[in-house]
Amino acid sequence: MSSAQYDIIVVGGGPGGYVTAIRAGQIGLKTALIEREHLGGICLNWGCIPTKSLLRSAEIFEYMKQASSFGLSAEGIGFDLQQIVARSRRIAKQLNGGVAQLLKKNKIKVYDGQAQLLGGGKLRIENDDKAIEESSAAHIILATGARARDLPGLEADGKLVWTYKEAMTPKSLPESILVIGAGAIGIEFASFYNSLGVDVTVVEVMPQILPVEDAGIAEFAAKAFARQGIKILTNTKVTELRKGRNELTAVLIRNEEQSEITVDRVISAVGVVGNHENLGLENTRVEVDRSYVVVNEWSETAEPGVYAIGDLAGPPCLAHKASHEGIICVERIADTPNIHPLNKLTVPGCTYSRPQIASIGLTEQAARDAGYAVRIGNFPFQANGKAIALGETEGMIKTVFDDKTGELLGAHMVGAEVTELIQGFGIAQSLETTEQELMRTVFPHPTLSEMMHEATLDAFDKVIHI
Amino acid sequence: MPIEIRLPALAPDFEGGTIESWHKVVGDVIAAGDVIADIETDKAVVEIEATDSGILGKIVVVAGTADVPVNTVIGLLLQEGETVADLDNLSVSDRAETVTPAVTDVAPVPTAKQASKPQTLATPEGRLFASPLARRIALRSGVDLNTLTGRGPNGRILRADVEAASSNVTTEVADERYTAIPNSGMRKVIARRLGEAKRDIPHFYLTVDCTLDAVLELRRQFNAESIDGASAYKISVNDLIIKACALALQDVPAANASWTEEATLQYHDVDISVAVATPGGLITPIVRNADRKSLIEISSEIRDLADRARNGKLKPTEYKGGGFTISNLGMYGIKHFSAIVNPPQSCILAIGAGEQRAIVNDGALEVATVMSCTLSVDHRSVDGAIGAEFLKAFKNHIEHSLSLFLGSTSR
Repeated sequence: MSSAQYDIIVVGGGPGGYVTAIRAGQIGLKTALIEREHLGGICLNWGCIPTKSLLRSAEIFEYMKQASSFGLSAEGIGFDLQQIVARSRRIAKQLNGGVAQLLKKNKIKVYDGQAQLLGGGKLRIENDDKAIEESSAAHIILATGARARDLPGLEADGKLVWTYKEAMTPKSLPESILVIGAGAIGIEFASFYNSLGVDVTVVEVMPQILPVEDAGIAEFAAKAFARQGIKILTNTKVTELRKGRNELTAVLIRNEEQSEITVDRVISAVGVVGNHENLGLENTRVEVDRSYVVVNEWSETAEPGVYAIGDLAGPPCLAHKASHEGIICVERIADTPNIHPLNKLTVPGCTYSRPQIASIGLTEQAARDAGYAVRIGNFPFQANGKAIALGETEGMIKTVFDDKTGELLGAHMVGAEVTELIQGFGIAQSLETTEQELMRTVFPHPTLSEMMHEATLDAFDKVIHI
Repeated sequence: MPIEIRLPALAPDFEGGTIESWHKVVGDVIAAGDVIADIETDKAVVEIEATDSGILGKIVVVAGTADVPVNTVIGLLLQEGETVADLDNLSVSDRAETVTPAVTDVAPVPTAKQASKPQTLATPEGRLFASPLARRIALRSGVDLNTLTGRGPNGRILRADVEAASSNVTTEVADERYTAIPNSGMRKVIARRLGEAKRDIPHFYLTVDCTLDAVLELRRQFNAESIDGASAYKISVNDLIIKACALALQDVPAANASWTEEATLQYHDVDISVAVATPGGLITPIVRNADRKSLIEISSEIRDLADRARNGKLKPTEYKGGGFTISNLGMYGIKHFSAIVNPPQSCILAIGAGEQRAIVNDGALEVATVMSCTLSVDHRSVDGAIGAEFLKAFKNHIEHSLSLFLGSTSR
């Protein structure tokens, strides 16, 4: 068994881990990365990227169905589910290879295996339960991510009850699906299968779908989904799943009223839990709270020299949050000047359904709860020329400003391409602009982005086009 | 060339003040006549207006800066077509030197004085890198960005830097045993002036009791008659006291005076300062030529002055000057008190509450409404006999009150 010494060892090769390793390599630190399954992690292989491929297929299918409204004709339109899935797998594979290239370019030593922390900056790398190397590093960064949460009685079995993995690679199309959980993952699958003609029902225990989003935006989105035929049951709990041969019956409780629904498949999307097991954390002082490793604002755990970033360090469980935490963590280790802990309010959230939902910062309610006197701006897609030309008039943009300082506290969007728009408000927030700079920015005409300008103007009673 | 915004001479004897707040932020469009900032002088907050139009390009003297001399360049206005870059070539101190002679007749303030006073001016050379939000919060919290080291990229000042700086200020005085209320400009002036007065002025005090029954009866009739009239009015006891004072000063002009090392200045006009309590502190708006005004004129004038005093909106000319001060605490039930002379005046009359007392009149016990008044006097300029003569005249006017209602008596 060989042994090696590194400046930094990163455990986990997802969007948190591999980005962290590349940044460490750029700085000139001797860096290793340990990945047990595939580079790129869930995001690239089983999450963000392949689902975007599926949703793109569904979107184009929707366009084809609406061809006549654009003066086009499309006859005999249909789809091949296997080809839709194959495309998404191909894209994941392509990017997975890309990550390997990037790591090589930055001289990162990549280990295929499982890491076991031994304490005192040491760790053992195992493959098939065989130790292949014992290494040590001054800094060990844990980036092992998260996995789908299993609720008791609703455990996924991969056949009738799917997690994202099975939902992403269906062999055939079920006639009906019950999605449990109306977060971003649940809503994206609901939107995808609904577009392909599946009878979709979504249940959510909270009073609104997309519970982290602004209530007004979530309500707007819920109405849009309902118009498309998705059945949405909020304030509803699944208490029991009775499995049949090729179908299941779910027992639902809503407002103390019990009902049953029988579907072909269930997709469980009730959140994620951190992958903290089998890492040898018991050999260290690292603390775990409800599946997430406890860290301070600099991603430091209770064990000196051991850090945790990304999903493992707690929500929001988003790839871009993991990448940023990793970069900050490495730069702090390297004593880079002028770095700041990640402000989680500057992490945007995106849902790629039809319509899309995107947001950053505080919701209106959260801002009010935090004691701000707020100024709210709204602008509808219906009043935007580009949206009308695109045939995408369903949507709105909402801004939340601090009345006292003009700080942009939050921005919330629903509608076509809003996931590509939200970064504009992200830049505004990170540059600490006030409403004045946003108002004076020239937004190109005709674009959807003009609505961001108008929603800002509206918050200060200066809106032009409504 | 950007236009300079200078601190105007708000009154003939105005030397400078505190920039309390800016109404505009950098980038705001300003029209001539717009209120751009509030200046706290030693006694009031005064709005200053823009004399030119343009876009506010730079705030040179930030809010919270104290002792800003008259004619200091406090901001720069960009004209059409100009950008922030036009400010970079401009050195504020140089410009002040070269431009001042040209405006001498407008605002005659010597440049030497301006140069001798230290000022907190933003460095005109080089750009200050700070986020818009940091700038705005700095403005609101009175933090001078020039004193900060930014922790953003390339030393850019961020909101967190400003907040840390403003919280440092408060943590210095943070103590759970008390709340530290920072001294306003007004508070400091009160402390300085009254400290000087009590230290330097040899005070003596004279007290007299005035019977009010007659004047109260006349006041009742007067106010009752006015109720049905088109312009209903209500004369207060305080109005009557101002009027009685004015008439007494007419009788004894030596009490309407100021001490200086060279001469005692005896005023021709009867300008009476009236102490008004405001949230910021004591201020004394002036009823000018009170001897020549009718009771109704005095009444409406003092009501307006007191209102604006409480809102901090008095103009300096409305509280600077005066030859004699009245301080009335009767409404609080105070029986009698001794006030501190309000320099450079020589006399201040402290009014107690009018109350029913047992008095002896021609050997018989009677009940009468009586008010005790105490005159504090600067013995350097006014002797005991003059003070006593004034009080005698005052008592005569208030007790034989018909003269009060007869309006002005020509001199």
